[in-house]
Amino acid sequence: MSKKIVIVGGGPAGTIVANLLTKKLKKEEASVTVIDKTGRHVYEPGLLYVTLSDQDPKGIVKDEKDILNKKVRLIVDEATKIDTKRKMVEMKSGNRFDYDYLIIATGARLCPEEVPGLKEAAYHFYTVDEALKLKDALEKFDKGKIVIGVGGVPYKCPPAPAEIACFLDYKLRKRKTRDKVEIHYLSPLPRIFPIESVDPIVNKIFEKEGIKYTTFFNVESVDPKRKEVHSLEGETIGYDLLILIPPHRGSKVIEDSGLGDRGGWVPTDRYTLKVKGYDDVYAIGDATDLPISKSGAAAHYEAKVVANNIASEIKGIESRDKYNGKVVCLCDAGNKAIYMIILQSPLVPDGSIVC
Amino acid sequence: MSEEPKVDRLIDARNTFCPGPLMELIRAIKEAKVGEVIGVLSSDTGSKRDIPLWTSKAGHKLIGIYEKAGYAEIVVQKIK
Ligand SMILES: Cc1cc2nc3c(=O)[nH]c(=O)nc-3n(C[C@H](O)[C@H](O)[C@H](O)COP(=O)(O)OP(=O)(O)OC[C@H]3O[C@@H](n4cnc5c(N)ncnc54)[C@H](O)[C@@H]3O)c2cc1C
Repeated sequence: MSKKIVIVGGGPAGTIVANLLTKKLKKEEASVTVIDKTGRHVYEPGLLYVTLSDQDPKGIVKDEKDILNKKVRLIVDEATKIDTKRKMVEMKSGNRFDYDYLIIATGARLCPEEVPGLKEAAYHFYTVDEALKLKDALEKFDKGKIVIGVGGVPYKCPPAPAEIACFLDYKLRKRKTRDKVEIHYLSPLPRIFPIESVDPIVNKIFEKEGIKYTTFFNVESVDPKRKEVHSLEGETIGYDLLILIPPHRGSKVIEDSGLGDRGGWVPTDRYTLKVKGYDDVYAIGDATDLPISKSGAAAHYEAKVVANNIASEIKGIESRDKYNGKVVCLCDAGNKAIYMIILQSPLVPDGSIVC
Repeated sequence: MSEEPKVDRLIDARNTFCPGPLMELIRAIKEAKVGEVIGVLSSDTGSKRDIPLWTSKAGHKLIGIYEKAGYAEIVVQKIK
């Protein structure tokens, strides 16, 4: 009998795994359903260019149905509960979908309310609307202090805040206002860049371009009236314009279904990508609790492993793939350089450490 | 130190790279209640330098670093 594969989330993780599964499996073997609450697919790396270049947001947002293989059924609705006992997903509309295999690909949720003052005071560029607001504010800003940081860890695309600091420096130089604008970068770590081996390169750019920074600054609260950011470590920094990436949590449906850890991330086996304690539920992409960079690249590599393994199981093939912790990351520092960073976490004992 | 303290939460951050064990600890400290004890397992030697540095800067207490085969358990208590 044809197996029912249900995928919750139509971001890079859900879309790639759905397309791979329909390529590997015939209709008689399985049906593939993607549930997505927006039905729109945002290419998030393009948000940097919406903010600081002339990228039209229309160019980075696509209809999910246009990028899914025609054999995938797309349901535009919000999953409100995952019931692993009854093997079904409940929808906001009241519909229900039962599954033989479930793939959780619900990504990360932005939670600005978790840092007092952040929502009123800070700009960011992690959604199309917010990127456009920041673009507008930056266009009007010609003197003062811009502070850039993150509101919490983990957050997706760890290099993004340092990337926007370098890009902004370049942009202000082109506009010939750089001498009137101070850029101050806040890092939660003891260095600027998350990856230790890349840090000296980024450090050199910061020093050369006069981008100031404070390390070990984990944001605790923002005081919009005094225009100050306070850290968990007890420091205070003033700003004129604040760019702070909001804290992230797992999707609400994960928390409401009791499937998440304290941050709403799904406890996931680092090799098989099965949700811990289940044989028929997988998690991929930003939704997992895996301690690797939350990135589209990781989502892509994970999707391949899960598609292979589910297809093999349905076809009765013994062999299984393991996720090897691979992540690739491109960083654009304005006109300075584009860096490509390839990481392979030694999740399998014989893997090599790159950073 | 041989007697190992009881931890309220243990994070297995072995074999991970960035954001790495320190980021995992910072996240756990934010989520923890005052007084809770958190253990981080790390095979990244940088953690033995970075975690104590951060712990003292943030005003928490480093209870100890316990060497194991190929990794260390670093134990921190949330103080405020
Ligand atoms: C500015 C920026 C730059 C970036 N640059 C890079 C980069 O250069 N390289 C890189 O690899 N990564 C980059 N990333 C990260 C990358 O975009 C994400 O890691 C990636 O989108 C994760 O994919 P995902 O499918 O796991 O989650 P998401 O893309 O978040 O998709 C999750 C989907 O699930 C849906 N969903 C959630 N809950 C429900 C529910 N209850 N019911 C139905 N649907 C639901 C959402 O609507 C969404 O469509 C960047 C991110 C940002 C913000």
